[in-house]
Amino acid sequence: MSIYLPIRIIFVTASVLLGSFNSQAASPTLDKIKSSGAVTMGVRESSIPMSYTTGDSRFDGYHVEICRQILGEIKDKLNLSALRINYQAVTSQNRVPLVQNGTVDIECGTTTNNNARAKEVAFANTLYVEEVRIAVKANSGITSIAQLNGKKVATTTGTTSVQLLRKHEKANGVNFEEVFGKDHADSFLLLESGRADAFVMDGSILAGNIANSKNPKDYKIVGEILSTEPIAIMVRKDDPEFKAAVNAAIAKIVANGKMPGLWNKWFLSPIPPKNIVVGLELSPATKNAWANLNDKPAEDYIKK
Amino acid sequence: MDLGIFCKSTLDGEAVDHCFSAIFGITKNADPSYLDWLFKAWGWTLAVAGLSLVIALILGAVMGTLRTLPSESRLNRSLVKISTAWVELFRNIPILVQVFLWYHVIPAFFQPLKALPSYLLVSIALGFFTSARIAEQVRAGIQSLPSGQRAAATALGLTISQSYRYIILPMALRIVIPPLTSECMNLVKNSSVAFAVSVPELTLFAMQAQEETSHGVEIYLVVTFLYALSAFAINRVLAYIEQLSRIPGFIASNNEVVAH
Repeated sequence: MSIYLPIRIIFVTASVLLGSFNSQAASPTLDKIKSSGAVTMGVRESSIPMSYTTGDSRFDGYHVEICRQILGEIKDKLNLSALRINYQAVTSQNRVPLVQNGTVDIECGTTTNNNARAKEVAFANTLYVEEVRIAVKANSGITSIAQLNGKKVATTTGTTSVQLLRKHEKANGVNFEEVFGKDHADSFLLLESGRADAFVMDGSILAGNIANSKNPKDYKIVGEILSTEPIAIMVRKDDPEFKAAVNAAIAKIVANGKMPGLWNKWFLSPIPPKNIVVGLELSPATKNAWANLNDKPAEDYIKK
Repeated sequence: MDLGIFCKSTLDGEAVDHCFSAIFGITKNADPSYLDWLFKAWGWTLAVAGLSLVIALILGAVMGTLRTLPSESRLNRSLVKISTAWVELFRNIPILVQVFLWYHVIPAFFQPLKALPSYLLVSIALGFFTSARIAEQVRAGIQSLPSGQRAAATALGLTISQSYRYIILPMALRIVIPPLTSECMNLVKNSSVAFAVSVPELTLFAMQAQEETSHGVEIYLVVTFLYALSAFAINRVLAYIEQLSRIPGFIASNNEVVAH
C-alpha cells in the first residue's frame, strides 16, 4: 500500500529526530507496555493445540503459554509490578494487518514465517516446525501420496497446502481432484463423510482433528512429509528492540530446559477443555529449531 | 498496487509467457497464471448463478402463481397451502445453512444425492432459496392487478388456467420485471456462498490467491469489479427485456420509469 509510504516516512523521520534528543525511546512497543501496564496478545480460536479458546474468552495452547512466559520475562525486564494481558482473537486473513496497525503487540498463533510476510512483519525465533502430512481413513489402504492418483483430496481454503498440492501434482505427474473445506473442521468433515479420500494439512491440525473426532482410531496420518514450515511468534517489523527482548526471553526459556516439558504438556498429554490427547511426537526438525534458535523463513527450509 | 501479480504463475510465482492472450484461448501457458485462474473462477460464478437462476425463475413463477389460485376447489386450496409452505420454508432459513443442508445433511439420508457434484447441489440450494423470493414477487404482481381483469376473464368463459395464461400472467410478469432484476443480481452475489462447499468460484479464488500472493488488496479489488460487472450486465439485459416487452399505454410505458 504505497499511499501510506509518505506518512510512514514522516513518522520514521520524526522518530529519528526525536530519538536523537531522547535516546531512551527506542522501542514503541516496550514503551507502550511500560506506560499502560498492559499488552495485547493475538490468539487463534481453534488451532488446537497451538493456540485456541478453552471457552469463556480464555485462551490457551503451546504458543500461548510460551508467549505468557515471554511476557513474564518482559515484565521483569521493565520492572513492572503487574502486566495485564489482553487477548485478541485473530484469523488467517486479519492477523498480519492487526499486528501492523498496533492492535496486536505479539501474535501467538500458527503463522508461517515466510519471505512474503517478512516484508510486512517480523518473526521471533522458531519454536515449532510444522510438517505437512496426509490424513486418511485407517481402512483405506493409502500409505503415500503416489496412491492418491485420481482420488479426492481435501484441504482448507486460504492455506499454503493448496498451492503445495498443485506443485506436487505437477512434479510427480499425479492428478487428484481437490475439494476445499472452508475451515479445518469442514475439511475434516469432508474426509469423515467420504467426500474426500485424504486430507492434506499441517500435522498438528490433522492430529488435533483426529483426536477430536468421534472415533480417532478410524483415521491415521500417513505418507511422506510434503513440506516443512517454521511456525513462529509474530511481532511488529519497525521495533527490533522488542523482537530482541522476545528472542532473549525465548533463549532463556530454552536454556532453562522448559521446552520438552511444554511439548509433553500440549502434544502428548490430555489438554483442556475436552481432555483429548493430540498425540504428535516431537519431530527432529522442531528439536533442531530449539537447539539452534533462528528466525529463518520457510523458503530456507525448502533448500535443505 | 501491483496488478502484475495476475501475470505470475500459480505454481512458482514467476511471470508467465502469455499473460493476456492465454485467457482468450489463443495461446496456452505451461502453468496457469493467476489471471487464468481468475477467469476460470469467474466462469464458475456465472455458471452457478445461471443454473440457479433457471431453477429459481421456473419454480418461483409456478409457486407464486399457485399462491394466488381462487379457493374454489379442494385441489386449489391444497395447492395454495403447498406453495405457501414452500415459500415459508425456503425464505426462513439462512442461505448458508441451506447450502450446508443440501451438501452435508440431505445426502446423508438420500445416498444418490452424494454422487451429484457440489456445484449442482449449490445451484439447487440457491435456486430454491431465490424461488421463494421470486414467488412472493410474482404473487404481488398478480394481486396488484385490478380484480376486474380476473372477473372479465371469467365472464368471457375462460377457465382458470386460460385466464392465467392469456390475461393475468402476461400482465403480472411484466409488472414484476423491476424487482425481478434485483433478485437476479442478488443471485450473482449470493453465489459467493458456493465457496463454502468447494466450488472453485470467485470468492474461493480471492481467499486462496490472497494467501498465496500476499496481494490481498489487488485480488479483492479485481474480484469486486468482476462481481459488480456481472451484476450490472444482468441489470442491463433485464432493462432491455423490460423495454422490449412493454405494452404502450400500460405499465411503465414512458422511458423515464424503465429501470436504471
